Amino acid sequence: MEFLFELLIAFFLIVSGIFGFVGSFGMIKLKDPMSRLHAPTKATTLGVGGVLLASICHSVLVEGRLSMHELLITLFLFLTAPITALFIAKWHIHRHEKPENLPDAGEDGLWATHAVEQMEDVPDHSKN
Amino acid sequence: MKLLRRIFPHPHLSFLLTIVWVLLANAPSLNSLVFGLLLGIVIPFITQPYWPDRPVLRNWPMVVEYILVVLWDIVMANITVARIILFKPDAERQPNWVSIPLDLRTPEAITVLAGTITMTPGTVSCDLSAQGHCLLVHCLDAPDPAAVRDQIKQRYERRLKEIFE
Repeated sequence: MEFLFELLIAFFLIVSGIFGFVGSFGMIKLKDPMSRLHAPTKATTLGVGGVLLASICHSVLVEGRLSMHELLITLFLFLTAPITALFIAKWHIHRHEKPENLPDAGEDGLWATHAVEQMEDVPDHSKN
Repeated sequence: MKLLRRIFPHPHLSFLLTIVWVLLANAPSLNSLVFGLLLGIVIPFITQPYWPDRPVLRNWPMVVEYILVVLWDIVMANITVARIILFKPDAERQPNWVSIPLDLRTPEAITVLAGTITMTPGTVSCDLSAQGHCLLVHCLDAPDPAAVRDQIKQRYERRLKEIFE
């Protein structure tokens, strides 16, 4: 039985290792900044998720007590990771994208980042 | 009832804070439960002016279904994206912007949708349109942007609409 538990824990650790590696590898291999943004979202989902699952399994099956911190880590990650990604994406749109390169924003005409630029007369940084 | 409303302006938030505190303590005891409840009463009370509307969750079974669907999609999308990163040559990959017209109007629902899209590997939500009627999504590899749009609307937005609106 002990062996099965260890096998399960090792499996989760290996999964997390593989996806953590692929996420980091993606940062090198993908060339454009927007595509690079996809790599860390992988590392924070299955990469971290695998370690957390392994940790839960270890505390329940081996140490015989229930540890709930892992659930909280998942919760906080799901709250914070999209926000950092959004910040980086907005920075990219602000500095490098013109309204005509992006798809149609429907009835509103402009995407929020560009609309703010027009309203507040922010200096144009896209040339440097 | 009115007194209860004043003590708990946001019942969901109070509940969530209590749960988070008990989980943080990592040992279920009366001590942490009481302190968690105290936090659950005090924090929503102090921050009340910043939460003018409270989101209403209409469909609890759908919340569970949504979480399961998202977790499943995260695992599947991770495998797909790992294959794209490892085996697909960069020249064949077609990164693409996708514009998703939103039927959702509740800010909380749009936030959850944008967060879900970012957490599913392969798609990152990048911007809202000026009045919040469209969502700009960047795809790692999407030869067919319309298919991505339909899938997101069908899988996530439809369920969120049932939960929030």
